[in-house]
This record gives sequence, structure tokens and C-alpha cells, in this order.
Amino acid sequence: MADEPQSKAGDGVGYWKANLRLIIILLAIWAAVSYGAAIFLANPLYNIPFFQINLAFWFAHQGAMIVFVVLIFVYAKTMDKIDRDYDVHE
Amino acid sequence: MSVEVITYIIVGLTFVAYIFIGYQNRVRTTSGFYVAGHGIPPVANGMATAADWMSAASFISMAGMISFLGYNGTIYLLGWTGGYVLLALLLAPYLRKFGKYTVPDFVGDRYYSQSARVVAAVCAVFISVVYVAGQMRGVGIVFSRFLGLPITAGVIVGMAIVAFFAVLGGMKGITWTQVAQYSVLIIAYMIPAVAIAWIVTGIPIPQLALTFSDIVPKLNQLQIDLGLIEYAKPFQGLSMLNVFMITVALMIGTAGLPHIIIRFYTVPSVRAARYSAGWALLFIALLYTTAPALAVFAKYNLINELHGKSMEQIETLDWATKWAETGLLKFEDKDGDGVMSLKATPDETEITIDRDIIVLSTPEVAKLSPIVIALVAAGGLAAALSTAAGLLLVISSSISHDIYYRLIRPNATESQRLMVGRIMIFVAVLIAGYFGINPPGFVAQVVAFAFGLAAASFFPIIILGIFDKRMNREGAIVGMVLGMGFTAIYIVGNKFFGMDAWFFGITAEGIGTFGALLNFVSALVVSRLTPPPPAEIQAMVESVRIPRGADHYAEHYE
Repeated sequence: MADEPQSKAGDGVGYWKANLRLIIILLAIWAAVSYGAAIFLANPLYNIPFFQINLAFWFAHQGAMIVFVVLIFVYAKTMDKIDRDYDVHE
Repeated sequence: MSVEVITYIIVGLTFVAYIFIGYQNRVRTTSGFYVAGHGIPPVANGMATAADWMSAASFISMAGMISFLGYNGTIYLLGWTGGYVLLALLLAPYLRKFGKYTVPDFVGDRYYSQSARVVAAVCAVFISVVYVAGQMRGVGIVFSRFLGLPITAGVIVGMAIVAFFAVLGGMKGITWTQVAQYSVLIIAYMIPAVAIAWIVTGIPIPQLALTFSDIVPKLNQLQIDLGLIEYAKPFQGLSMLNVFMITVALMIGTAGLPHIIIRFYTVPSVRAARYSAGWALLFIALLYTTAPALAVFAKYNLINELHGKSMEQIETLDWATKWAETGLLKFEDKDGDGVMSLKATPDETEITIDRDIIVLSTPEVAKLSPIVIALVAAGGLAAALSTAAGLLLVISSSISHDIYYRLIRPNATESQRLMVGRIMIFVAVLIAGYFGINPPGFVAQVVAFAFGLAAASFFPIIILGIFDKRMNREGAIVGMVLGMGFTAIYIVGNKFFGMDAWFFGITAEGIGTFGALLNFVSALVVSRLTPPPPAEIQAMVESVRIPRGADHYAEHYE
């Protein structure tokens, strides 16, 4: 039936696709906070206040770096689960 | 006790610690020498990577560079951190699974080509030599600024320390000393930053003080009044396109630097490689989110204390007198009105501030105890020595492993290989020391070269080697040659022969981004027009993509 747990073990193609999907999502966020918020959208975001500074400046000098750290840990954690689901963990 | 005596004691204690750690971790196998026996826990590797990465320039000069660039300082902040996301997602786990010793190892095996291996080894040596010259110089400069020693003497002391733990301990000794060096440098950076944040804004956490206090609006106003740039406004003095291209080039350059990549060979598993990239960036971000805050506080404070004051008033400030003696601060009453004024142009300004002052003078400006001043000296030395050690290992392994063992004498015994490794690291120390004492005038220019080359050569072919199973020898070689060739010609022409930045006005610092793109595109096109790689290479790519079996793979190779 539909809810029967399906073993994904041995599905090498599925594992690689799941990995690539996760990489694409995380790199999209990576690009959005750095090239997006801090560079290409910097002029409009400069006019949006963020506490005592402007939003573009916050991303450029603080925010993007914090997001980078979070992205790597999210990748590592999510891959732990994907590795187990596809039974390729160490 | 004078500041100098305390500095000698603190610096001396840290050096004894590094020597002790290096001796404790001496190695007797090539695996220990090149990759610390794949035995470094992820958090420790994160600290070692952070120390490996953050150089004398990051520690001493970066906050100062940002304080003069304002908003555009983001090229360094994001450019030198964003690459770790690429490393964690696209490179580190797969290279760890591959499980050998060096970057040229991967390039040579994946592209089944000894010429690709040699090109990669030569690139790795070039990039690392360029880099290490600046580090040894940094050691000498710290000694001369804090202790009044001649730069040459400082460089020789630094060489002796690095030679000791690197020759004996190889990667294992280097890694554990880097863990200690990270601890020293981060404490030395944070104490003055917290103190000055507290003094200037009343909030002791620099990152929060930057966002939640009114210090940035105040500095903006001050800078505008003086005719300087509005601090927090984007793209003044550097176009949006250039900010983008430089940021990308530094990010992918970071991800292609051999001394950073090989750190991920030292952990026990693929999973550990992913997490240790996260720890590395967390430890780096601690300093990198503090630096822009420190830049603002120190700039504001310097303008406030110095601008519009008479020479008599300035002379009452001990730190101003001290740094004026070193030439890092200069006062000259050009219009003869008895008052020192900060102006926008070098011709008119009566106060000249060297960027290194921002970090170096902070403990004294914040009236901290001499112990903190001594700690900053120890921190600068830790930053320079740890980066130098990592680079020296790349120089040694490229020659002793990739060229001597893999190319010239494949039947060399374990002990011969280890001996050659130790000799080469010692030779590398001598070369680094030579350039530290006699710095070629073009060191600053060639740093752009190191990043551009790493971005245009290693980054694309490693990524393609993992993510494109169809990529073959022909594609990789054409890609490397075109990407690197274009980047090298553009940088050399622009920096040394006065060539215009003719390519859309992109500066030499940013051109590696286009070089990398050229490498990607030409490699993809050529690979599709030539035969696919052999079946065993395709099987190797399959294996690299799956975590299980990293240990087995490594053993199989031994």
C-alpha cells in the first residue's frame, strides 16, 4: 500500500538526485543572501532600515555570513538522514 | 613590568606550547605526515582549518581595510567566507571519500593523466609559495612592531618554530598546533573588540553593538562631514559589477586553495568532513563578523580622538605618540592653522592613518592592560605561523608525493618517502624565509594571482570531476589551460604591464571568476566531442559520490 515503508537501499540514482536537490536549494539561499541581498539588490535594500543600520549593510557585513554557517550545518544534518534512508551511511 | 617584557613572556609561552604540541604529535608514517592518519575529530579540524585560513592579513589588516572601504568591504567578508559553503556541499565530502593525500592526486587519478598531475602540482606549489611569502613577512612585522626586533630576526625565529613542528609532526603536528593557535588568535582578537564595543557603544557584544547601537549612523555623519564616503552606502568607489566579480573570485578561489582542501582529508569519515566544514566556518565567522564591527568602532574613535585637535592635545595620548613613532600614524599641519584635520585626499589630509592601526592600536585606545597588548602580538604570530605551516605542507607534498613518488620513483619505500617529505618541508621553510626577509616588491599583486589561479584551475576541474561523470582528460586539460591562461595573461598584463582592465572594466582581483567560467564551458564542450573516460574512472566517480566505504578505500590504497 501507499504508506508501506519502501526501502530505498540500493537506489544509487535516487540517492544522488536527493543530494543534488538539497544542494540546489541550499545554494539558491546562499546566492540570494550574498549576491542577491548584499550586491544586486543592495541599492533598494539600502533604503530599508534594519534597527540602526540599513538592511543591505546588515546582509553585507553580518547576515550573509551567519546564513552561510547555518546552511552548512543544515546540509550535514539533512545528509545524515538521506544517507540512512538510502543505506549508504558509514 | 614593561609591555615589552610581558610581550616576550606571553609570546615565549605560546612558542613553547607549539613546540611541545609538535613534539607530542611527531609521526612515522606517510599517512600521518600527509593527512594526520585521517584521525582528526571534526571540531578540531574546524579549528585547525580556521587557523589555516586566517592569515596575518586577516588578523592584522582586514578590519582596517574594511574601515576604509566601508560597505564595499563586503568583498572580503563574503568573499573569504562564502567559499566554505561550496567546499562543504560540492568538494569536501567527495574528496574525503576519494581518500588520498593531495589535490594533484585527485586531478591525476580522475583524469588518468600524468601531465594533468604535474600541471596541478606546479599550480599548487606556485599558489602556496606566493601565499607563504606574505606569512613569513607577517611574522617579522609583528616582531618588529611589538618588540622592536629587526624584521629579519623575527622571520628567522618564526622559521625555526615552524620548521620544528612541521618537519617532525607533518600534518598531524601542524593540525594540533593550529588548534592551539586558533585558540590564541581568537582570544586575542575578541578581548580588545569587546572592550572597545563597550567603551564606544555601551554594548559589549561587537556584532550586536554594530546593529543595535547608533554607532553606524554617527560614523556615517562624521564621514560625510569630513568629505569621506558615506560608510554604509553600497558601491562607492567600486562598481556593482566589480564587487560581484571580486566576491565570486574570492569565494571560488577559497574553495580551490589546496591548503584548505587538504584539511578535509584529515578527518575520519565523509560525515565528519561535512560537519568539520561547518565548524570551520563557525570559527572563522566568529572573527569575520567581529571585524566589521571593530572597523566601525575604531574608525569612529580615531576620528573623534584625533580630528580637529592641536598637536599638544594629540601628544597627551600615549598610543598616538607611540604609533606616530612607528610611522603608522602621521601628523602634518599642512595649512598651518595649528589643528590636525582629516581630509579625503592624501594631498590635503593632515592625519594619515595606516589600516593596520585599527587592530594594533585598539588595546591601548581602550586602555586595556599590557597583557592584552602582548596577547594581540601572540595572536598575530599565531595567525601567521598557522597559515604558513599549512602552506608549507602543500609545497612539500606536491613535490615529495605528487612528483617524486607518483612520477619519478613509484617504488620508493615508506621511509624514503617520509624522508623526502621531511626534507622538502625544510626546504620550503627556507624558501618562505628567504621571501620573508627579501620580499619581492610584487607580493601584494601576486595574492590576486593566487586566488585567480585557484579559482580558474582547481575549482572547476574538481567540481566537474565529481559532478560530471562524462568529463574526460581532454576536456579537463583544455579547460585548465584556457581558464588559467586567460586569467594569468589578464592579471600579469594588468598588474605588471599597465594593460587596461579592458574586459568590461573588471579588475585583476575579479577576473578569476571569468577564468573559471571559461574553464567550465570549454571543458564541457571538448569533453562531449572526445571519447568518454574509461569504465574504471566512471566507477571511481560513482564510488566517490557515496559515503560508505571511506575507510576501506583508504586502506585499499595504502
